[in-house]
Amino acid sequence: MNQFSYVRPASLKAAIDAVAKDNTARFIAGGTNLLDLMKSGVVIPEKLVDINRLPLKDIQLNGNTLHIGALALNSELAAHELVTTHHPLLSQALLAGASQQLRNMATVGGNMMQRTRCTYFYDTTMPCNKRSPNSGCGAIGGINRMHAIFGSSESCIAVHPSDMCVALAALDATVLVSGPKGNRRIPFTDFHRLPGNTPQLDNNLAKGELITAVEIPANAYTKNVYYLKVRDRASYAFALVSVAAALDISNNVIRSARLAMGGVAHKPWRLYEAEKALAGKAPTEENFRDAANIALQSAKAYQHNRFKTGLSVNSIQTALLKAASV
Amino acid sequence: MPQENDQQNHPQKKEKHEARRDFLKQSSAMMALALTPPLVMKAAQHDEAIAGIFEKMPVSMEINGKKVQVTVEPRVTLLDLLREQLDLTGTKKGCDHGQCGACTVHVNGHRINSCLTLAVMQEGKKITTIEGLANGEQLHPVQEAFIKHDGFQCGYCTPGQIMSAVACIREGHAGSPEEIREFMSGNICRCGAYDNIVHAIMDVKQGGKTV
Repeated sequence: MNQFSYVRPASLKAAIDAVAKDNTARFIAGGTNLLDLMKSGVVIPEKLVDINRLPLKDIQLNGNTLHIGALALNSELAAHELVTTHHPLLSQALLAGASQQLRNMATVGGNMMQRTRCTYFYDTTMPCNKRSPNSGCGAIGGINRMHAIFGSSESCIAVHPSDMCVALAALDATVLVSGPKGNRRIPFTDFHRLPGNTPQLDNNLAKGELITAVEIPANAYTKNVYYLKVRDRASYAFALVSVAAALDISNNVIRSARLAMGGVAHKPWRLYEAEKALAGKAPTEENFRDAANIALQSAKAYQHNRFKTGLSVNSIQTALLKAASV
Repeated sequence: MPQENDQQNHPQKKEKHEARRDFLKQSSAMMALALTPPLVMKAAQHDEAIAGIFEKMPVSMEINGKKVQVTVEPRVTLLDLLREQLDLTGTKKGCDHGQCGACTVHVNGHRINSCLTLAVMQEGKKITTIEGLANGEQLHPVQEAFIKHDGFQCGYCTPGQIMSAVACIREGHAGSPEEIREFMSGNICRCGAYDNIVHAIMDVKQGGKTV
């Protein structure tokens, strides 16, 4: 790892100042992705601002809204009674990601900030517009088995690797951030970006802005939910595709549905059209299949990831069936 | 205690370390003055802790029940501190990228990958490594079970497997072979001793001993 200076500010304001005023400074929380990237020379900060001692770890209900501090650990959150009771989909998604060791280190904010695992992004000898703007994309003409089928651009076909974020996108969460210009709230589905011609930007945070919390509004998705993750081995691998499915079923009718996918786009990918198609329908295998086919209409595959379109249809249908039969 | 014994057994090594440390301390102080931008100097007045580039900073922690004070550069991982500075080489460096689990230790009772955290971030933490698991000559029940069930072949992943297994049982994630496989998936064994590792963990869990 290259040398860097280290500062552990005593306040949120000091932490924000430290990063806002220094282009080479980065926040560090769990460090599970950042240190990995630094060891590989993908990211080379000259200063790390350790935010672990800031009071941002709370998990609590504010009225009906679940407030999750940005420094809550992935393992704590997955096991927290408020999460398993009110938002079991989030718990399932968290437990599908990484290993228990990593979940014991990784924070909620850090999980959102993790970078793609595209091998061309990690390999500093290869072109990558995300790592080095305007250097080209190694994946488009290269080995692109793990890559995007939705929302990609000519600059980048990388995918966001998080499982947690897929559930938070499905559950209409909101991101709370603090920055040099004050506080603001960002709908979770607007937090991450599509690559367009600026794939170096993963999200819409401004310089010096820090995620302080995530909030999930009360919803009816407490029972009929399922997080399905399809990967190359049974555990501890990134998704080929994943599906977060949540249904509100009453008298054998789907009142509303929430669907999002991971491993298929530069951001957690909500399937709005499929959700609409399911509303008012019976929870049947055929209706689930139709919804899945609707979801894949806008898919665009590359040389090695064509299997992801068929796999996605099957995975959406399976996740919905599992959610409905709980 | 391991580090105490080690200092007694290797006095020369300690001197060498200290000589190097003194040299680095002097040179890093000069470098820090030369390189530290004014902002950092100013920030130091109200920040909780700070270390400049090349500058070592003091860190206090408790390792295997013993208070330890060290000085480290910011870029030193907990794994490298344990192995290189404290000679606690039971904790292994496998991939150094959080993919294999060989470096698993407990921090404040939680298992983590020591390769993916900085030593300077451990101020005030309680750390347990494989060296701190046995009670004197009496092996920990999970260590005994790994021997009994042949839970290893080459043994390189074993310290990490055992630290992870102890935490897995304490967390309540050892209820079935399936659950053990899922919650032990962060520890890779290239010899493929997984079956025997699962048997060892089930044996300890079912034996009802306190781990």
